[in-house]
Amino acid sequence: MSESTAAQPLLDVRDLRVSFRTRSGTVDAVDGISFTVGRGEVLGIVGESGSGKSVSMLSVLGLIDNPNCVVEGEVIFQGEDLLKLDDKELRRIRGKEIAMVFQDPMTALTPVYTAGWHISEQIRAHEKVSKKAAHARAVQLLDAVGIPNATDRVNSYPHEFSGGMRQRVVIAMALSCNPSLLIADEPTTALDVTIQAQILELLRDLQSEFGSSIVLITHDMGVVSQMSDRVLVMYGGRLAEAGPRRALMRDPLHPYTWGLMGSIPPTDGTRVERLAAIPGAPINPSDPDRDRCLFSSRCGFASDACRPQPGLVEHVHGHLDACVLPYDQRPALRLEALTTVTTESGASA
Amino acid sequence: MSAASTPSPVDGATTPTPLLLEARGVVKHFPIRTSNGKKIVQAVDGISLQVRAGETLGLVGESGCGKSTLGRCLVRLIDVTEGQVIFDGTDITTMSRRELRSRRTGFQMIFQDPYASLNPRRRALATVEEPMRTHDMGTEQEIRDRAMHLLEIVGFDPSYADRYPHEFSGGQRQRLGIARALAVTPRLLIADEPVSALDVSIQAQVLNLLADLQRDQALTYVFIAHDLAVVHHIADRIGVMYLGELVEVGDSSPVYNHPAHPYTEALLSSIPVIDDEVEKRDRIVLQGDLPSPIDKPPGCAFAPRCRYSQAICISDKPVLQLIGDGREVACHFPLVAAATTTLAV
Repeated sequence: MSESTAAQPLLDVRDLRVSFRTRSGTVDAVDGISFTVGRGEVLGIVGESGSGKSVSMLSVLGLIDNPNCVVEGEVIFQGEDLLKLDDKELRRIRGKEIAMVFQDPMTALTPVYTAGWHISEQIRAHEKVSKKAAHARAVQLLDAVGIPNATDRVNSYPHEFSGGMRQRVVIAMALSCNPSLLIADEPTTALDVTIQAQILELLRDLQSEFGSSIVLITHDMGVVSQMSDRVLVMYGGRLAEAGPRRALMRDPLHPYTWGLMGSIPPTDGTRVERLAAIPGAPINPSDPDRDRCLFSSRCGFASDACRPQPGLVEHVHGHLDACVLPYDQRPALRLEALTTVTTESGASA
Repeated sequence: MSAASTPSPVDGATTPTPLLLEARGVVKHFPIRTSNGKKIVQAVDGISLQVRAGETLGLVGESGCGKSTLGRCLVRLIDVTEGQVIFDGTDITTMSRRELRSRRTGFQMIFQDPYASLNPRRRALATVEEPMRTHDMGTEQEIRDRAMHLLEIVGFDPSYADRYPHEFSGGQRQRLGIARALAVTPRLLIADEPVSALDVSIQAQVLNLLADLQRDQALTYVFIAHDLAVVHHIADRIGVMYLGELVEVGDSSPVYNHPAHPYTEALLSSIPVIDDEVEKRDRIVLQGDLPSPIDKPPGCAFAPRCRYSQAICISDKPVLQLIGDGREVACHFPLVAAATTTLAV
C-alpha cells in the first residue's frame, strides 16, 4: 500500500494494538492498525480526540511508561522491530533516528535551561562532540528554523520566546541529529493561524531540504491536505480510511471522512446555512461493544451489515477503507449525507 | 458603523433594524509592573462598533489582539477605562452595580472553556435554573419547566437533567453553557471562542445549534473567534482586530472574499484549505509575531509585518475609513481600490 518508490518502507507498523488495563476492564486505545511510512514521505494521521492517533505514535517510540499498558504488534524501523528493543537500545534510536515534536512547546522544554542547552544536550547524547561544537551546531539549527539573531537567542530561556518561536526551538531540537523520521503530534494546534502557517511552511522546507519522513498527527483536515502525501483517517483506534492525499480529499470513501470534511465551514467563500455535522460524540474507547464498525452509532447509513467490524478493502490503487457501503454508490451517498444533515434541525444529545 | 445606511449587499435590506449594542471609543488599559517600572497594556484601544438587532457580528484576530477583553467590556464583566457601551439605548458603563444586575438579563455570555465555566457541584438542571432564580423569573415550578425546556432545546434528553458537569463531554458542556445563557431570555449573546476547545465534529454541532437558536429566538450575537472561516460561516458582519484596534469592518462576504486590509488578507491566506489540486499556492506567510500591546508602534500597528508597508505606515497611524461597500478599513493603502467602491455604490 505504500506509494514510496523505495522498495522498503522506512517504518512498517503491523497490527499495532495498544490496550490499557483499567478497573472496569481492558480499553483498546489502538485496535490493530497497520501502515507504512516511505522514505521522504509525509504521512498525515487525522482523527478526533480518543481516536488513538497520538497513542499509536507514542507506543511506536516506547514512550508510554504506564505499567498497565500493553503494546502488541510489530513496528519495523530500518529492519529492526522497535517493540522488541530494550530501553537502552531504544534510546539510541529515539532522538537520533526518530524525533518527535509535541503539541505544547512550553511543556516540551525545560524552563530552567536555555534553548542552546536543549539542543546541545540532544546532540551530545547521541554524538561524541565537544560542548563548543554542539553549541555552534545549536546556533546553526536555530538559524535554520528561522529564529532571528540566533547567536544571541541561543542563550534565551523558553519563557523568553513566543509560542511560535518556542515551537521552532522544539523543531530545531528534533532536527539536531538529522533524524530519518520526524513525528509531529499536533505541532500547530496551540498556535495562531498566522503562526501555524509559518510553522507548516518551515516543516515543508526542512522536509525538502533534509529529506526526512514526517508523520503529522492532527485533527485538522486542512493541515493534512496541505502537508501530506498520504493520509490515514482514524476512528476509535482503528483505521477508517487510508489513501493518497489527492484521492482521499477528492473522493473520500468513508462516511466518517465525509462528516469530518462537512464539519468544517467552507473556505472557498460560499456560505451554507448549516454544516453537515456528525451527530453524537466521538466513541468512548472503553465502550465494550466493539465487534462492529465503531462509527455505526453516528452514521446515517448504519445497518445490520455494520456488524461485525468490516475489514479494510482496497478499492483503487492505495486507497482503502473499512465500510460495507457499495463502492460505486459512495459519491451519491455522500451527496445524500450532505443534504439530509443540512435540512435536519436540532442537535442530538 | 455608517455601514447601516448603505444597502447591504448580502441581505439587500433597506429598512435598517434598530441598534441593539453600540460601543463608542471603548478603551481598556491594564497597568502592569515590569522591571522597568510601571507600564500599561493597551488591550483594547479605542474601539467603536455597532450591532443591529438580529445580526451576528464576528470579531476575529490572533491571541493577544484584545478580542476577548473587548467581549468582556461589552457585557461589563470588566469596567472600561474609557468610552461607552450602549445596550438597547442605555449606557451600561456608568450604571450602578444594582442597575446593571437587572439589565444583565438582556445580554449573556458564553465562554470558551466549557470545563471551567460550569460549577462542578451543580447538576445540569440547577445550573440552568440558577440565573432565573437570581433574576426572580417566576415560581419554582415555572423556573423548573423552563429549565427543562431549555435543556431540550439545546438537545438534551430529560434524563440528563440530574447529571453533573463531569458526566458530560466537552460539546455537551458547551450546550449546557448555552442553555444557561438563554435562561434569562437575553436578546444578545456574546460568545467568546465557543467552539475552539471542541472536536471538529462537535464544533459543527454547536455552530448549527447557535444558528438554529438565532433563527428561532431572534437572538443577536457577538461571536468572538480566531478562526476566520468559522466567523465567516456564522457572522453577517466581520470585525477584524489587530493589537487592540479594529482594522477592518464590513459585511461578511466582501471581507472574506475581497479583504481590504493586508492583515485580513494574510489571515485568510493562513487558513489551511482542503484542496486536492493545489500543490503550492501563493500563500502569504506573515513574518514575526504580534507586537507587544505594551509599547505599540506609533504608526500602523501592523506595518512591521505588512508586505505593502511604506514610510507613511511607520509614521502615521491610519484611521478607520469608509471605502464604499459599507466597509471600513484602517489602512493607508487598502487592497480594495476606489474603483470597486464606485461599482458597489
